[in-house]
Amino acid sequence: MRDGTGKGSVVFTDVVKRYGDVTALKKLSLSIAPGELVTLLGPSGCGKTTMLRLIAGLEAATEGRIFIGGEDVTHLSATYRRVSMVFQSYALFPHMSVAENVAYGLTVSGMSRAEAHAKAEDGLKMVGLAGFGARLPSELSGGQQQRVAVARAIVLEPEVLLLDEPLSNLDAKLRRRVREEIRQIQQDLGLTTVYVTHDQEEAMAVSDRIIVMRNAEIAQAGSPHDLYQRPNSAFIADFIGDANLVNCEVLEVGVQTCRVRVAGQEITLPVGFAAQGPARLVLRPHDLSLTTEPGPARFPASISYATYLGSQIQYTIHGKLGNLFVIAPPVHTPFRAGDTVHVALSPEKAMLVADEPIDT
Amino acid sequence: MKRIVFQWIATGLAGFCLIPWYMTDSGFWRFRWLGDLTLSENAPALLQVLLHGRFWLAGALIALVAAAIVQIAVKSPVRAARFTAAIAAAGLAWTMLQGLIIVRSGPRLFHDLLANTPAETGQIGFGAGAAVTLLGLLFVLTTAISGMGRGRGDAFVTGMIGLIVSLVGIFVFYPVVHILISAFQTRTGLFDLALFISRFFDPEIWGIGCLIGQGGCGPAINSLILAIATGAGTTLLGLAFALIFTRTQFIAKPLLRVLSVIPIITPPFVIGLALILLFGRTGAATELFSDIFGIEKSRWLYSFWGIYIAQMLSFTPIAFLVLIGVVEGVSPSMEEASQTLNANRWQTFVRVTLPLMRPGLAAAFLLGFIESLADFGNPLVLGGNFNVLSTEIYFSIVGAVANPARAATLAIVLLALTLGAFLAQRRWVGTKSYATVTGKADSGVHVGLSAGVKWVCYLAALPWAAFTAIVYSMIIFGSFVKLWGYDHSFTLEHYIRAFGTKIRDGVLKFSGVAWDSYFTTLKIASIAAPLTALVGLTTAYLLVRQNFRGKSAFEFSTMLSFAIPGTVIGVSYVLAFNFPPIELTGTAIILIVVFVFRNMPVGVRGGIAAMSQLDRSLDEASITLGANTFTTVRRVIAPLLGPAMVAALTYSFVRAITSVSAVIFLYTAKHNMATTFIVGRVENGDYGLAIAYSAVLIVTMLAVILATQLMLGRRRLRRETRIEATGTTGARV
Repeated sequence: MRDGTGKGSVVFTDVVKRYGDVTALKKLSLSIAPGELVTLLGPSGCGKTTMLRLIAGLEAATEGRIFIGGEDVTHLSATYRRVSMVFQSYALFPHMSVAENVAYGLTVSGMSRAEAHAKAEDGLKMVGLAGFGARLPSELSGGQQQRVAVARAIVLEPEVLLLDEPLSNLDAKLRRRVREEIRQIQQDLGLTTVYVTHDQEEAMAVSDRIIVMRNAEIAQAGSPHDLYQRPNSAFIADFIGDANLVNCEVLEVGVQTCRVRVAGQEITLPVGFAAQGPARLVLRPHDLSLTTEPGPARFPASISYATYLGSQIQYTIHGKLGNLFVIAPPVHTPFRAGDTVHVALSPEKAMLVADEPIDT
Repeated sequence: MKRIVFQWIATGLAGFCLIPWYMTDSGFWRFRWLGDLTLSENAPALLQVLLHGRFWLAGALIALVAAAIVQIAVKSPVRAARFTAAIAAAGLAWTMLQGLIIVRSGPRLFHDLLANTPAETGQIGFGAGAAVTLLGLLFVLTTAISGMGRGRGDAFVTGMIGLIVSLVGIFVFYPVVHILISAFQTRTGLFDLALFISRFFDPEIWGIGCLIGQGGCGPAINSLILAIATGAGTTLLGLAFALIFTRTQFIAKPLLRVLSVIPIITPPFVIGLALILLFGRTGAATELFSDIFGIEKSRWLYSFWGIYIAQMLSFTPIAFLVLIGVVEGVSPSMEEASQTLNANRWQTFVRVTLPLMRPGLAAAFLLGFIESLADFGNPLVLGGNFNVLSTEIYFSIVGAVANPARAATLAIVLLALTLGAFLAQRRWVGTKSYATVTGKADSGVHVGLSAGVKWVCYLAALPWAAFTAIVYSMIIFGSFVKLWGYDHSFTLEHYIRAFGTKIRDGVLKFSGVAWDSYFTTLKIASIAAPLTALVGLTTAYLLVRQNFRGKSAFEFSTMLSFAIPGTVIGVSYVLAFNFPPIELTGTAIILIVVFVFRNMPVGVRGGIAAMSQLDRSLDEASITLGANTFTTVRRVIAPLLGPAMVAALTYSFVRAITSVSAVIFLYTAKHNMATTFIVGRVENGDYGLAIAYSAVLIVTMLAVILATQLMLGRRRLRRETRIEATGTTGARV
């Protein structure tokens, strides 16, 4: 499915980007299939925006080659790339009407005014803003401006659509709706889309594939499901969803199972692992439960904080496994701070990652 | 890219084959040269090579043709770009070198090599053909450089960088280098370092007689003393005004604003003139004091004190403008913190506010220092026996014995002083700024002044403001008086003499003596102003929006001309542009050029400030939507920069009208300027007419400023409402 030559494909081969002494991207290769929506996810400064700007042609690669639709665009300026971008700030031209904004890309590439405005009207219709053409951007709400920016980008029928944190200026309620709309339009047009965000929930919600970046390189790439269920590092486990990371020691490694020692107990996990020695156990807060009874794979602890949130109760507990974060379903008589409990982990849901620092 | 290269190759070829290479006697635009293109003077370079044996001009042609061949023959775009760039660079270098080597009197170097060739008869200065050919070669070079992947592959950007670097090189660095050369040169044209050192450290320049009580000082020491006194004085007075303006409930604040604008529209010698009317031998104040107190009339004004008072009047408002920003820049929360820590107002002012302002005060001092050193008009009018560098330079060129070497040496001394201050300002003040403007909304309220500080400020500033008002009223008053000091009856005679009109045979005749220079000034200022704005804003665009190697050097060189005093520019232009290859003295072009490059830094600064407020993503959006850089500038940036453009236009227009220091070296009878005309009247003692003309100039500029303010005010309103509205939602940068 992932060929690097079709219309709308994006391929990086060994791309390096340096600003003076600072390396923004370390020798990075990747390939995005036509029609795919790929999210670039990562903490700020990880290089995700740099990658987006390299695809747009707003930055030039220091080394390596970039192909769009099979054509080498490494030295092609942004003007001539068939790529459109929606900016974080929307970057609507404040001195032009909405229709002029949407028609801008068409008129500067030589289309007649009448034709450009007709197409612009179609584009506005597609984002649900038909009839708003005569207004100024300043007369629209934030969500509407955002949609104008999308319309302006897609009327050019680009091979690749780039979205730079498109939801970051919207309030929380609007975000869910707009991201569903963006996904819908992307699916309808079959547009290759690269989407930058630092919000992992947003990334999980819209993506075919997520590329998590860290320290100017790719930390892990895969479907949302892959990343959540099979993190390849403590960083990913921590970054995608909540995770408790507990130090352990791998005693025996098998093909499908391995034995680890954690807080004095030996547990068999149904996962393979590479090497013996120190490692880290990934325990999702949902997968832990609290009981008053001791038993195998249960560890004594005491409740530090208990927070009642209606749909769930969150506990911070302290015990032999260190500080843990636990999410429990609401019950009639929750534990209270100071209570002594046993935390039970379910070995079939635990994951193992290498022992390495997660902070960048 | 290929298409653009061919366009510029074609342009270069047109310049080479069709347009006269040299300067034609009758000028270019009258097209008299079309009459006989084969004449040695009128011929395009191609005919020069073929008919007149000027074989060395063929270099440009060879380069252009070679570039075209490379573009056609070499397949790899990057390699073609690299070859083309090399060829164009060689062509440019060759063409410029031949101009520098073979001058009017024949070859400067390689005499033996060029013996018995047409080179021995020499050649005159570059004309339109040479300019077009060089421009073509330059843009072939920059386009090829963009083809090598520089400047994000954008030919417009590399072209603009190339153009501005070349212009600054030719019109700022080349003349300054000429000063250096002539200071090192002996009478026979050889270079001698020892001679330069002896000239530079001449006790006649650096004499300190006045300090040790033995006669007068040299001009360098005089200038230094004056500059330090003016810098300190204007900073203290400016601070007093700024504190009153920002920290008190003073009623007449709008008047203070007016006070800060007035000097911008005042020709530099007008204050001196007004002072003469007040304190000269026959001045109003002199008469008054002599009548009442019996104080002897003297010529005390024509000394250090006269110039010092004039400079204080001229430059205090500038310090005021700078220091308003500095005082406002002190974060109120720092002062509030100090107060919550139990400091009273006085303690807060002395221990928090004042130290935070220290870098700003230093900046204001250095500005006053530079302005005082560069000031030409006031010392010229009031100098008397007190010689300063700027006027000494002038007298070395136009005095009884013209001595260009001495002028050049003095110019270097002056340049060293101003450049030193300029560098100190950038290095020292620039890095030590306690920038308390954080961009974070700071909602505190500035602490009021303690009673003591407030009264000190009032006592210093208000009498001075009144004095300024009196001085300016002298300009109006003096222009309506028959003969100052002798006959104080009302008259319009000066205005009629200067600006009288007659109707003869039904045709309006401008019979007044001033009309000629007035129209020339307006014409030249209106040509120079848009060019200044264009060059300044383009430079600002490159500095704010583009990244390229050597950007900081580029910025420095564009700001440099700000630190070069007008007299130094004047001398250097005389030395550089009086001879081939660039022979511009006596033309109107040189006046326009000098205005553009003197005032460019202000356009750059204004443009940078305005452009920094435009979100960069606006241009990037335009680029990714398929617009090229030129379209982006035209359709997105320029419309949003409207107010900054108008401001740059107004400012450069006004500066072109009031400037005298550089112009006085460069004007000719044919292109006399208002200021030089007035200076001439002053030298003849014709104060009435000089004052009347100055008043008319001030009114003219006021009218222009008010008109543009009205236009600007409306536009800004519209733009701001729009930008603010989008800004709240759209500009989270």
